[in-house]
Amino acid sequence: MTAALRVLGADLPITVQDLGRPTAQRFGVPTGGAMDRFALTVANRLVGNPPDAAALEITVGGAALEVLSPVVVAITGADLGAELDDRALPLWTSVYVRPGQLLQLTRRRRAWGARAYLAIAGGLDVPVVLGACGTSLAGAFGGVDGRPLRLDDILLRGAVHGDLATLAGRRWPEDTMPGYVDNPAIHVLPGPHREHFERTALDALTETEWTVGAASNRMGYRLAGAALPVKTASIASHGVVAGALQVPPDGAPILLMADAQTTGGYPIVAVVVGADLPLVAQLLPGDRLRFRRTTAARAVAAWRALDAHARSRIPEDAALAALGLAGAGPVGPFG
Amino acid sequence: MGAEGTAPRWTVRAVGEAALLVAAKPDTPASNPYITALYRRLTELQPPGLTALVPGISSLLVRFDPLQTAAGTLERTLKPLLAGLEPHRSGQQRVIIIPVRYGGVDGPDLEAVAALCGVAPAEIVADHCSKVYPVLMLGFAPGFPYIGPVSELLSVPRRATPRSAVPAGSVALAAGLTGIYPARLPGGWHIIGRTALQLFDPSADPPTLLAAGDGVRFEALADGAQP
Repeated sequence: MTAALRVLGADLPITVQDLGRPTAQRFGVPTGGAMDRFALTVANRLVGNPPDAAALEITVGGAALEVLSPVVVAITGADLGAELDDRALPLWTSVYVRPGQLLQLTRRRRAWGARAYLAIAGGLDVPVVLGACGTSLAGAFGGVDGRPLRLDDILLRGAVHGDLATLAGRRWPEDTMPGYVDNPAIHVLPGPHREHFERTALDALTETEWTVGAASNRMGYRLAGAALPVKTASIASHGVVAGALQVPPDGAPILLMADAQTTGGYPIVAVVVGADLPLVAQLLPGDRLRFRRTTAARAVAAWRALDAHARSRIPEDAALAALGLAGAGPVGPFG
Repeated sequence: MGAEGTAPRWTVRAVGEAALLVAAKPDTPASNPYITALYRRLTELQPPGLTALVPGISSLLVRFDPLQTAAGTLERTLKPLLAGLEPHRSGQQRVIIIPVRYGGVDGPDLEAVAALCGVAPAEIVADHCSKVYPVLMLGFAPGFPYIGPVSELLSVPRRATPRSAVPAGSVALAAGLTGIYPARLPGGWHIIGRTALQLFDPSADPPTLLAAGDGVRFEALADGAQP
């Protein structure tokens, strides 16, 4: 293992994430993992890692990382103004970086985007705990000491199999991505608790424009826009999934996300389909969204399509590869 | 419960395209021995595409990979299991003893609970220690066990004002159940005592002291003893 990056600044939480711990849910451990699993998977593939390798999830704003050894990195997900030594760094592209260079992400640059993923060739070298490497904030384990990164943390990377130079300069094709957009229309399936809602609840959900509330984080988003007609204040605690829209007695839904508690006691009005969770993961407090009903068959088809996208062949690009070989200097044309 | 109870009625409903919620009526702890039995059967069976099982009070969440199996396939697996399901029996469970220091700084709500119930604090302790309770499920936080039901006497509502931090090991009562805080956490249950046992250790296998279907018995430590 090799020292790869040093944290020089982390204004908002940066955590080590992978694809989480689904089988630990029965222990009360949130599934966790990347909020935008597509972006994490692709960042890893671009640098030659297994898709579930540990990488950084950088929430909008204020990240500064010093490169400590020659390495190939890729940043995917939100455009947070990534720069390498004050020059724009192309997203969805693997880039060779050298010791002493400074990687910075500043703020959202487009109408959408909340979380960027930074993968490094070899993967972040952190211990496997309960079957995965990601940070469990609820359990205070995983990642770096079970907490968000802080100043002067040094991140280690695993061994790279093959030649670093050949990993650089690979760009993900734009036509094989989720439909990232501002004000997204998010597909939902009806939830399992229809008898606990008035019949109008699903229509009210899909006819309202919702705003992501200030009290929103990796556990879930509070949504404002309407009071859904819920008839039952609480039900026997039951297992939940990311994407579930649970409705407390005030009628304002809570959209459960990656770090949600494993069980809940509020009725679930609807569930966001898996293929649309990356779009939801890229929303910030104040952003708007709508919900649109779909069918289970379409939800599975969308999942299959996104899964196929995530496995796309990465095209060889001679010009980009040459840039990779030349080091990280002239990235301008793609910034 | 269990042997003398009647078999529950079941519903199987989708929770998105990658999970089914198998829910029992009555939706009370009375159905929990059937949930434990179903959880164990499915754990043995490991149907293709299954990714996780999450026991609830009266339900089991069955998560699956929709690219490897279909909801309908799993429902067809579940149907005969549910029809022939025998409840998990208390005689089959392992019983874990939980030593507790009740009252004082360890159980700041013991006096208030006793006052609420109109009995002496010692009676609350005696009742809490009087029997083996089943662990119904884990949830809320890593390793937090929902245990019960407790007696009518101990069935107090949640505290009007939740605490922002409850010490690790706190033994608590609320909503007809008892629980143990595995870590320092915010909490709305009444704290009647504290145990020194570690309920969650992510480096251990399994990581939790207790699992759904276990039995627990609380034992009062004498004053001055270490919890």
